Amino acid sequence: MLSLIIRRLGIGIISVLAVSVIIFVGTMILPGDAEQIRLCQEATEANIAAMRERLGLDKSIVEQYLIWLGNFVRGDLGVSLASDAPIIELIADRYHNTVYVAVLTALIGVPISLALGILAAMFPGSLYDRILTFVSVSLVAAPEFFTATLLVLLFVFALGIGNAVVVGSTEGKDIFGLIAHFALPIATLSFVIASQLIRMSRAAVLNVMSSPYIEMAILKGVPRRRIIMRHALLNAIGPIVNVVALNLAYLVTGVIVVEVYFGYPGLATLIVQAVQTRDFILIQGLGMIFCMTYVVLMLIADVAALMSNPRLRHPK
Amino acid sequence: MDAQTPRETPDVIFETKDLVISAVRENEPDLPIVKGVSFQVHKGEVVALIGESGSGKTTISLSALGYCKPGLEFSSGEANLLGRNIAGLSTDELRPSRGINVAYLAQSAAATFNPSIRINEQVTEAPVLHGTKSQDEANAKALELYGALDLPDPDTIGERYPHQVSGGQLQRLMAAMALCGDPDLLVLDEPTTALDVTTQIEVLKAFKKVIKDEGAAAIYVTHDLAVVAQIADYIVVLYSGEVKEAGPTDVIINNPKHPYTKRLMAAIKPLPEPGLGEATAADTGETPTLEVRNADAGYGQRADGQPIVKVLKDINVRVEHGKTVGVIGESGSGKSTLARVMAGLLPASTGEVFMNGELLPADLTKRTKDQLRKIQFVYQMADTALNPRQRIKDILGRPLSFYFGMSGSKRRSRVLELLDMVELPSQFADRYPHELSGGQKQRVNLARALAAEPEVVLCDEVTSALDTIVGANVIDLLTRLQKDTGVAYVFISHDLSTVASFADEIVVLYQGEIVEQGPTDMVLSPPHQPYTDLLISSVPETRIGWLEEAIAARHERNLRSADN
Repeated sequence: MLSLIIRRLGIGIISVLAVSVIIFVGTMILPGDAEQIRLCQEATEANIAAMRERLGLDKSIVEQYLIWLGNFVRGDLGVSLASDAPIIELIADRYHNTVYVAVLTALIGVPISLALGILAAMFPGSLYDRILTFVSVSLVAAPEFFTATLLVLLFVFALGIGNAVVVGSTEGKDIFGLIAHFALPIATLSFVIASQLIRMSRAAVLNVMSSPYIEMAILKGVPRRRIIMRHALLNAIGPIVNVVALNLAYLVTGVIVVEVYFGYPGLATLIVQAVQTRDFILIQGLGMIFCMTYVVLMLIADVAALMSNPRLRHPK
Repeated sequence: MDAQTPRETPDVIFETKDLVISAVRENEPDLPIVKGVSFQVHKGEVVALIGESGSGKTTISLSALGYCKPGLEFSSGEANLLGRNIAGLSTDELRPSRGINVAYLAQSAAATFNPSIRINEQVTEAPVLHGTKSQDEANAKALELYGALDLPDPDTIGERYPHQVSGGQLQRLMAAMALCGDPDLLVLDEPTTALDVTTQIEVLKAFKKVIKDEGAAAIYVTHDLAVVAQIADYIVVLYSGEVKEAGPTDVIINNPKHPYTKRLMAAIKPLPEPGLGEATAADTGETPTLEVRNADAGYGQRADGQPIVKVLKDINVRVEHGKTVGVIGESGSGKSTLARVMAGLLPASTGEVFMNGELLPADLTKRTKDQLRKIQFVYQMADTALNPRQRIKDILGRPLSFYFGMSGSKRRSRVLELLDMVELPSQFADRYPHELSGGQKQRVNLARALAAEPEVVLCDEVTSALDTIVGANVIDLLTRLQKDTGVAYVFISHDLSTVASFADEIVVLYQGEIVEQGPTDMVLSPPHQPYTDLLISSVPETRIGWLEEAIAARHERNLRSADN
């Protein structure tokens, strides 16, 4: 069991290293560099060379990579080329917004989605199941900006509640204040993750429901609700946590459209700005943070799936 | 259905009256699976439903729980449990009876126990949930049953998870699960079929004892007449959803009337007794077709090249040209691993494999095409071994193209020849595997191996998944093909009767080692190795009272070996 977890951890570290190489090489082969943009007209041969030396661009690429990786491991993400501010500060600023929205969406959206999906598995083929399937498939097909627009039209314009643009400071707000503040982005993202979570949790539970031990429970006269909650759910945890983890990772890294739509500054918009200004140091830092978010969440999902397997938890 | 003599006893626990159960089909009329079946089960009586797969025996037995498998429904007739017709009742109406009035034991306990819940909770779930016992009372009852079923460590076994006990123990724990609610009726669906023959005897004994002690009535579903003779009071013979013959066990066994029952009796394999097969080793001095020398094999690899889990230890087997070597042993004895070593699927860690005196590379990927051609594999499950998306002609044509470069009309005519060899009509060439019956699929499986014109065919439990009569026909076919083509077989089975009736030589495997090997007659003649003796004495005989004799004999043997 422990050795399996350690092996998963090792695979996670290898993935991060592999991604770090791809990010580093990827940003290196991008045409043009930030100093050309920053210095633009005034750029003379001399001050470009001085700048390159300051950034260490005159060293070999392997050397540069090792220095960069070493700094990263120590928590030094470097200084932004576009604004001269330390990357850590730039990211920390935006991190709050993204994490607030992600965590609140997870707290609200994940339990509701799972409950809806499991309920659908309890009554497969029922009217409820068919309506839910129809709605969740429609949601998969609808792009985020469309869902967001519908929500804004309904709440802001028709009902006059919520903010179409999320502005203002989050400081001093408690959890309900935060929910109110980010209500529409949270709702939009909840719809996005709900469709996949509903369909996957329904499928995972239904798959277990066709097992002989479920038939046995039926033949023992176990009520349907207990069959789901006690007999089926335990065995469906593995596939469900994986989908949950994937969706949580999406909430941190993939919410660009929603951030832009509601105009609140988060990590996803930061990376778009970084690309626009060719701030490759910022791109590298953000890329690594996104990658580690994925790896950590998948690691947690893997460990949870391992823990839910009685053969691994209780060896012979 | 007049074969059933009416018995005048008031204490009928369960009866069906002209019960019809049908498969529901879209846009087509329902297809009856059970066609008007009537029988009764009385208090304290074990009624056996016997028949081959597709006879409707499981479907009928489940009607005692008011349950139909998905896709089936009660069409007409009655299924009366304790005087109440339960056919067609809703799950909510049935729930109070299930687990309390009637309990079910399935074929595979490994699949029937929830892997994530401790055994004791599952055993005591029904009575506690229905409120007929408190958790403490149910625990006490479970403990009593664990003891009665001869389970080891009865005090603590309930705290384990299903994967932490053996298959035979789990099968007995399932009996405890069924009996914990003190049911009036037990439904047992092939409860010993998946067990090794040496384990089956213990489980049968335990079942028979608890059924008697608890005074429950039982419906025992099986295809195995020998098992029925040991445990049933009354037999109902089913074929194609209809009752063909019914009567007390001794009448049916000793004096079968219906032609189908007679065929069932005739398909019973001869007991493994001396006089079968060859008497002495035919040391012809010829080079054997296939030979395994001093082979060790296993799974996982250590740094020194030896396996982490050693499955086979120091194996020596010679397969002579045109002969059959039977490999026998219980599950986990390494018999399938031996076939994998021969085929090169699992390279031996030490030792060699020779073909006609020529050393074969241990690893399949290093063997030449011709070396591969000469050894062919036939798997137990034809269902999974045949690609469901390919027509039979493509399945058989593939080895023809691969080994002989055949194509077009030449390939087509050879496919038809092969079908003819395995006694299948030529129009099967254009069919898909799912359009064939189990026995027909196994014939295609065999034809595919023969397409390569091999010198040795490795048959891994090829008849184990087939019904008795169908399996016997496949054995006849194998014998004829050997005569015609001179192919040698390595015939792997856990069923000593089948091996004994068919093999020239027998290899007995136990925990990865050969405990005895030699010509069939020699292995079957006393004196036996202790393990061979246990195997031979465990093969059930279709004779009432055999179980008690066998258990007494086993007990005596144990005493004797304890004295020594």
